[in-house]
Amino acid sequence: MSIRIEHLNYTYSNGTVFEQHALKDINLELPDGQFIGIIGHTGSGKSTLIQHLNGLLKATSGSIYYNNEDIYAEGYSMKQLRSKVGLVFQYPEYQLFETDVFTDVCFGPKNLGLENDEIERRAAEALKLVGLGEEYYRVSPFELSGGQKRRAAIAGILAMEPEVLVLDEPTAGLDPRGRDDILDQVARLHQERKITVVLVSHSMEDVARYVQRIIVMNQGEVLYDDEPRKVFCHYKELEAVGLAAPQEVYLMHELAALGWDVDTDAATAGEAAESIARCLKNAEAKKKIVSGER
Amino acid sequence: MLREITLGQYYPTDSVIHKLDPRVKLAGTMVFIISLFAFGKIESYLVATLFLAAVIHTSKVPFKYMIKGLKAIFMLLMITVIFNLFLVQGTVLVKFWVFQITVEGVKTAVSMAVRLIYLIIGSSVMTLTTTPNDLTDGMEKSLSPLKKVHVPVHEIAMMMSIALRFIPILLEETDKIMKAQQARGADFESGNLIQRAKNMVPLLVPLFISAFRRANDLAMAMEARGYHGGEGRTKMRPLVYQKRDKTAYLILLGYFILMLVVSRLNVIETVLFGALGW
Amino acid sequence: MGIIKAAKLAFDYLKLDENGNVESKQRAVDGVDLEVEAGDFIAILGHNGSGKSTLAKHINAILLPSEGTLWVDGKDTQDESKLWEIRQTAGMVFQNPDNQIIGTIVDEDVGFGPENMGVPQEEIWQRVESSLRSVGMWEYRSHSPNKLSGGQKQRVAIAGVVAMKPKCIVLDEPTAMLDPNGRKDVIRTVHELNRKEHVTVILITHYMEEVIDADRVIVMDAGKIVMQGTPHEVFGRVEELKSYRLDVPQATLVTHDLRKMGFDLRPDILSNEELVEELQAYRDRQAS
Repeated sequence: MSIRIEHLNYTYSNGTVFEQHALKDINLELPDGQFIGIIGHTGSGKSTLIQHLNGLLKATSGSIYYNNEDIYAEGYSMKQLRSKVGLVFQYPEYQLFETDVFTDVCFGPKNLGLENDEIERRAAEALKLVGLGEEYYRVSPFELSGGQKRRAAIAGILAMEPEVLVLDEPTAGLDPRGRDDILDQVARLHQERKITVVLVSHSMEDVARYVQRIIVMNQGEVLYDDEPRKVFCHYKELEAVGLAAPQEVYLMHELAALGWDVDTDAATAGEAAESIARCLKNAEAKKKIVSGER
Repeated sequence: MLREITLGQYYPTDSVIHKLDPRVKLAGTMVFIISLFAFGKIESYLVATLFLAAVIHTSKVPFKYMIKGLKAIFMLLMITVIFNLFLVQGTVLVKFWVFQITVEGVKTAVSMAVRLIYLIIGSSVMTLTTTPNDLTDGMEKSLSPLKKVHVPVHEIAMMMSIALRFIPILLEETDKIMKAQQARGADFESGNLIQRAKNMVPLLVPLFISAFRRANDLAMAMEARGYHGGEGRTKMRPLVYQKRDKTAYLILLGYFILMLVVSRLNVIETVLFGALGW
Repeated sequence: MGIIKAAKLAFDYLKLDENGNVESKQRAVDGVDLEVEAGDFIAILGHNGSGKSTLAKHINAILLPSEGTLWVDGKDTQDESKLWEIRQTAGMVFQNPDNQIIGTIVDEDVGFGPENMGVPQEEIWQRVESSLRSVGMWEYRSHSPNKLSGGQKQRVAIAGVVAMKPKCIVLDEPTAMLDPNGRKDVIRTVHELNRKEHVTVILITHYMEEVIDADRVIVMDAGKIVMQGTPHEVFGRVEELKSYRLDVPQATLVTHDLRKMGFDLRPDILSNEELVEELQAYRDRQAS
């Protein structure tokens, strides 16, 4: 089970003065169960790309295969695809509309035509996954805090029990607390459910901590596609396209340039501290040996 | 689809039309529309066409933009044409089963279509060449005598100007919410009328809430920037008539007189229809 | 007295029932004492619901205190006759760039404030030009705001406030909805205004990297001021910041981890440069 994208092109306002190549010859494979980050600044095509994954946008040319089935083939059910590939939009709380949280989360499964029991089971489970307990079921979604609203909206997608979960900037506008809550929950979900998670973000720091693979988009093209450490090695090139590697990468490179024998791959504060500590201890050990020899 | 509504969108160029006082453009649009509906002869449509073409040419706005607004009224246009074509009584031209097309029907249908199309293009010319703020300023100033009878002219103008600014934002938002609900399996395309109306709820509720939130934010921002109604306000672009505005008024007057004269002539119709033997 | 002074300021959000009776009260700002000197760059840090935005709205007299007093340039915000003077002294920039731009053309929007103040036409244009230049948006003066990026819109909003010639600008999470590039542009613009025009700046944010260059950092939690001092003083207290669930700069985090491992480094490190310098010095100390 996977998503395969072949020679995908997408042009906005095709054939008008506003014509704009949003995606240029994208080739990607998103295998089952991976935790993937898509990074790019505004206008890099990342949001356009993910809207192809569940058929909301139709490619100008090229093809997409979901589980080896061509989604553009005649008779392919887009509704079915949308239940398998759950897409959480930016600021998803703006899609809440029901009178209470529980009914709102039921909206997705209800559209799938499921039995009532199953709808409610799924809604309850989705809400549990995002950490909203029963005390919130009958609360109006508009009375929740910003972070809670967003979690309720994400539950609305989870209740469809997708095999692939795509989140477009799920932390935009949240404070550090809300951001960590959401990202931790998504990571837990990935571990427990073994579903594919695609996290779209413009923050390297957020992504570096969680994902196994980073796809960097720039001007509608895939610039890098590799595991985080390898992508961050290109920190100078990343900067040239308006992105930045995590601060730790810069720190380690600066130290390395000054002759420190540190691990330049370190991409989180913990890894950086450990690498520096190892370096300092080695120096101390050497000093002891030197002084012992005397 | 939604993005293509151009009415109320400004297209900046440095043309004379753009620089005209909005009051002139308002009056011009009014005169043009009145002339369309008051005179229904082929000659007058020719003059109107020439006038419109001249204005569009001077405005330097690509013609493409002018006709974009027509998409929105396409259905209305079709209905008008079809009704007139089949329902107007008179000399029968073609007849099949219960339907009949008459000479008068064709005439009315064509003239209604021309009027509607010109009406939309004419107003598009105004909105494309006038910033919404200028437009509302023009309206405010033209309507200011109504203040004496306690019509809140300034407030109405301000509301219009804000509405124009937020139309594109709300359209974009509609698009976004629609997609988000589609991702949750919502269906906006199939079903009967009642079903479809019901399916709009997941779109309309978030849209209304968002509009209210924006209104609230905007009110706060306006207050923070010292807005307290029209009293004691100065204008960065006060409306003062220039020479070109006076010339434009004269041209308008000329156009109207020409329309008056030409519609009395009625030469083309007599000759043409006489030749055809109608 | 400083340009802004708050004494025992408190504010309650009231929840009213259908008959307009008070159903419940929620204290959003709780006994805040604050003094800001003219020309300062103050950053207020706190997570959502900490009361920082509520406090900000008091400075512009959009909200009035439930208890205590707030003076802006010596004027009590509860004095209704001074309302417009206060709003002119303390300008305000909000979070959502779309919802605070009134004009349909950039220069029209910037002129909106001066128009409200009754500034003569010629001077409005001078102000529009100089404020658009000061935020680097003069080239965009005849654009529609809808065509601008988030960061550009926010700079236009700042210009709109600057055109009112305020002594103080309060920015309420101006970068929360922007991408990293837009955020950097806005913060740089605000710093320039503070440095060149000597405008007092009160920046409210939850991004710690934006407050590093402030003169003073104030941390709010549950409506109270819980920490305050220079950025070095505040960020040195990593555990305390973490307890309020706020971020600390990455360099500070690395330093903190190293200190926990027993390396005796300076605790108040904010940037990579400082950390590199300190590590070099530490290694030299060890070697000797």
